[in-house]
Amino acid sequence: MKHARIRYQGEVHNVAVEDNNVVRLADGTLLGEEQVEWLAPATGSMFALGLNYADHAAELAFKAPTEPLVFIKAPNTYTGHRQITWRPDNVAYMHYECELVAVIGKTARNVKREDALDYVAGYTVCNDYAIRDYLENYYRPNLRVKNRDCTTPVGPYIIDREQIADPQNLKLRTWINGELRQEGSTKDMIFDIPFLIEYLSAFMTLQPGDMIATGTPEGLADVKPGDEVVVEVEGVGRLVNTIVSEADFFAAKNAAAAQ
Amino acid sequence: MRRAMIEVDGKVLEATVDDNGQPFVNGQAVKPDAWKAPFGGTVFGIALNYQGLLDSKLAEFNQDPYKTPPKTPVLYIKTPNTVVGHEGSIVFPAGVDAIQAGPALGVVIGKRASRVSEAEALSYVGGYTAVNEVTLPEVSFYRPAVKAKCRDTFCPVGPVVVDAADIKDPHALAIKLLVNGEVRQQNSTANFVRSIPELISFLSQFMTFEPGDLIITGVPEGRVDLKVGDQVEVEIEGVGRLSNTVVAE
Repeated sequence: MKHARIRYQGEVHNVAVEDNNVVRLADGTLLGEEQVEWLAPATGSMFALGLNYADHAAELAFKAPTEPLVFIKAPNTYTGHRQITWRPDNVAYMHYECELVAVIGKTARNVKREDALDYVAGYTVCNDYAIRDYLENYYRPNLRVKNRDCTTPVGPYIIDREQIADPQNLKLRTWINGELRQEGSTKDMIFDIPFLIEYLSAFMTLQPGDMIATGTPEGLADVKPGDEVVVEVEGVGRLVNTIVSEADFFAAKNAAAAQ
Repeated sequence: MRRAMIEVDGKVLEATVDDNGQPFVNGQAVKPDAWKAPFGGTVFGIALNYQGLLDSKLAEFNQDPYKTPPKTPVLYIKTPNTVVGHEGSIVFPAGVDAIQAGPALGVVIGKRASRVSEAEALSYVGGYTAVNEVTLPEVSFYRPAVKAKCRDTFCPVGPVVVDAADIKDPHALAIKLLVNGEVRQQNSTANFVRSIPELISFLSQFMTFEPGDLIITGVPEGRVDLKVGDQVEVEIEGVGRLSNTVVAE
């Protein structure tokens, strides 16, 4: 099964997702992919991994970490499938990051790696955009780089864990305007999903709806207003996003708030 | 007005609280079974926001890995598992050498804030509360402090939110930490590096605050180690006294 959150006629619905991203409301109504507003499919905290692929760490001229580099993202940065993300004016480098996300299904504390996947409800995809111009060496990557309005697309949906035979052997790909720009495999993660659940739950309680964004491989590139950016994890999902200018984003946001 | 969230017979209720700390629900005095944290949003913390603390680090911050002192507010997130109410327990984790208290003024957002100016920022504040920003010792500020700050029960908040209108100047409040009744840390919100309007305005340029979000405005220099059995209190002039006990995991 695939599960999404959408807004339709002003109401938020938890829906089942069928072939071609047709969604089924609780009352059985079927709606096409373009008839609904897709929201992030989970709303807990996101534990995002930096430098979790050796090739990407090398690309950024870092040695691979010996302990996971985890940062937190709050729900105010999430957006859904087929939504817009803004590029700030006057920045030199804004890049996408295609990532596999494990969604926690039940409260997890002191979980051992051999049991860890029992705590995963399913998987989704995120695009963990970063504005590199704003990097500072305090709590790096700092929130101004990573926790921006509508700058973390997540979705389109959560696919049940049972439907992904091996989460550590999935192809990751990113396209800009139809051109393939990033390609990797989850088999190259430095710290895999069971390790990360064991690691995090050893010092804190993970809650249902929390998400672990497992990092991105090499192949980053700048994105500009007008670009369509697609991130895909094989067998999990294909998440579409469009970059807009700062002015267009806030004009649209203010118009929506005025309604 | 002072507002709280209290648990009575398994239900969480909104209450008002009088000057003696007595909660009322619908005009009736009630005895709470427990105090819940009096807000319901994301917790954003500001590190290094007391001038004395920042000044004490400047020599270090001019070297690797920092290279230069911070140019913008140093921001972090405390996850929901950290939050407990007044009189709740702070759990001293097994296998950890030291944990430290963090007396802080909490700002509770009252209405959605996106791209607000400094001049209008305080009109987005719903009220103020007391926070104990518990942490493992802050040995480095280079990487996100998840392991240090996101442990269960590391963010006591309360007992009340005092309406913004009732705090004449949030930048002139005495703030104290007491451990087992003894004052161990004292400072004033007059010593902020960045004022509340500066913080709200700057942060709201890139992210939106929702009603109920909490901003921890910073912890003064001189953090104090806690041990199992300690009664820890954060007292903020005009805002309240938050009391918690440290227990072993």
